[in-house]
Amino acid sequence: MVKKGPFYWISFSCGIMVLTFILLPLVEMLTAPSGAMLRETLKDKNVIHSIWLSIYTAAAASGIAFLVGTPLAYVLARTHFRGKHFIESIIDLPIVIPHPVVGIAILGVAGKNHWLGQFLYELGIRIMGSTTGIITVLTFVGMPFYINALKAGFESISPRLENVSRSLGASMWSTFIRITFPLAWRSVLVGLIMCCARSISEFGAVVVVAYHPMIAPVLIYERFEAYGLKYSQPVAVWLVLVCLSLFLALRILALPRKKAS
Amino acid sequence: MIEIRNLKVHLGEFRLKDINLSIEEGEFFVLMGPTGAGKTVLLEAIAGLVPILEGKISIGGRNVTRMTPEQRGVGIMYQDYALFPHLTISRNINYGLRYQGVGTRESAEERFDHLVDELGIGHLLKRYPETLSGGELQRVALARALMVEPRVILLDEPLSALDQSFREEIRLLLKQLHRNSRITFFMVTHDFSEALTLATKAAIMNNGAIVQTGTIRDIFQRPSSSFVANFVGMKNVFPAVFHGTTAHIETITIEVPRPHQNSNGHIAIRPEDVVISLKPLRSSIRNSFSGTIIGIIDQGFLYEVHVRVQDVVFKSLVTKGAAIDLGLDIGMDVRILFKSSALHIF
Repeated sequence: MVKKGPFYWISFSCGIMVLTFILLPLVEMLTAPSGAMLRETLKDKNVIHSIWLSIYTAAAASGIAFLVGTPLAYVLARTHFRGKHFIESIIDLPIVIPHPVVGIAILGVAGKNHWLGQFLYELGIRIMGSTTGIITVLTFVGMPFYINALKAGFESISPRLENVSRSLGASMWSTFIRITFPLAWRSVLVGLIMCCARSISEFGAVVVVAYHPMIAPVLIYERFEAYGLKYSQPVAVWLVLVCLSLFLALRILALPRKKAS
Repeated sequence: MIEIRNLKVHLGEFRLKDINLSIEEGEFFVLMGPTGAGKTVLLEAIAGLVPILEGKISIGGRNVTRMTPEQRGVGIMYQDYALFPHLTISRNINYGLRYQGVGTRESAEERFDHLVDELGIGHLLKRYPETLSGGELQRVALARALMVEPRVILLDEPLSALDQSFREEIRLLLKQLHRNSRITFFMVTHDFSEALTLATKAAIMNNGAIVQTGTIRDIFQRPSSSFVANFVGMKNVFPAVFHGTTAHIETITIEVPRPHQNSNGHIAIRPEDVVISLKPLRSSIRNSFSGTIIGIIDQGFLYEVHVRVQDVVFKSLVTKGAAIDLGLDIGMDVRILFKSSALHIF
């Protein structure tokens, strides 16, 4: 057997360290509450409601990202124009801005002192302390992940397929529906998972815009503040379990399948 | 059929300038040129897939310059076939049907059966493109393009990705398809034998411009510039000074078929027209010179023999059998001969 050098052992130890670093706290947290405590927590209506609200708002944010992000991702993948990098940087901005700042920024335009806030108020739309507000924040932070994943997916599809489709008589729209989208659906799904995952984990921005209604991370924080570690853990376990099973299901759907030959 | 007037396209690195071409209905037209000359861009401009800066393209008398690709009735087939990977072969072929006029369903079925039969792809219909070989993909791509009965079909180096054996087969198939239809074929190729066997007319492109158009025979025998001459394999291209029906290449005096309009120009001769013999031939060939073999290059079936006559090196193609018969070797003194009618002056 070939003798393994120091490079191998350094890489190996670093790998073990990283995995332990990630897994140890998670495993510790998941195994801390007893089964009885977990069952007890599930009877708490606030917990169920907050987890449901987290899933529902994250799904809504992903849905919005899908509707408006898909055409934009396509344009960015297919066209080259001056200022494209600038637009891409703008899309990436929500990733780098600190979370509470996002919340404050959104409140700045949604408040009554701003014409947009005023306009929304007249339409009866409230951002501050509402589900709409939560969805707005989650869309803001999740959108870049969806657009970037899908853009990479579109880029991997040869434009020649679209060219041939056009030459066979299909319009741009028809080509997108029949060729581009079916070939990119896995990227769409991956993008949605990323966007959803990012949204479900958001805390800082949501807590500024809408402390109530409470999404799961806010509830966990509140329990931690008011009652301590022990009382926040069971809720955290349920949130993690629900998220993991959702993402696992989507991930399995998105795995490449062998076509029958 | 296809009329291109003063076409100008800027696409990233590529620049097409002042392209003028006219291609007749039902013709098999070939576009040749070195890599990066802009051949595919010109193809895509005809299909409406790249934005046009200036100029006009009409197809069948209809100005299509501002039309979308789907309005043009122009089929395109790429080198990599571009079959839709998520659709079966049968659905690939029928892809364009729903965009054709109403009431053609029966004739479409007939056409489908006919094409599948003619191209021999009946056994592939339920499969997906990823399981097919290059030759099979090629046939399917052809069927898909022909299924919608385009007026023009653009082929981008259709044979270059194929093995030699398939290439011959598909070449014959293309010829047959062209003969049996009224579709105008416009093909980009690198391969002269493809051009010679398939095309009636051709154009040579270099650096985004058309440098010569004409019949295949004209292009190969009467290149209009040293670029075209070199490109089409006229390996003997020399600058020359002309006096009436004689010309001087450096210190050699050559008899030419007709006087040149300028005193300075070029002489070109194909290497297969330069004959090598060991002694002076008793023939009417006036251009006969003695020289020394300075190089022999193996070209598969043939040898390319380089013979130095004074300071000028002529290249001649000799079959391997003939080379052995004559006992050709480097350093040997031989005579080279060529008819003045085989010379091309420009």
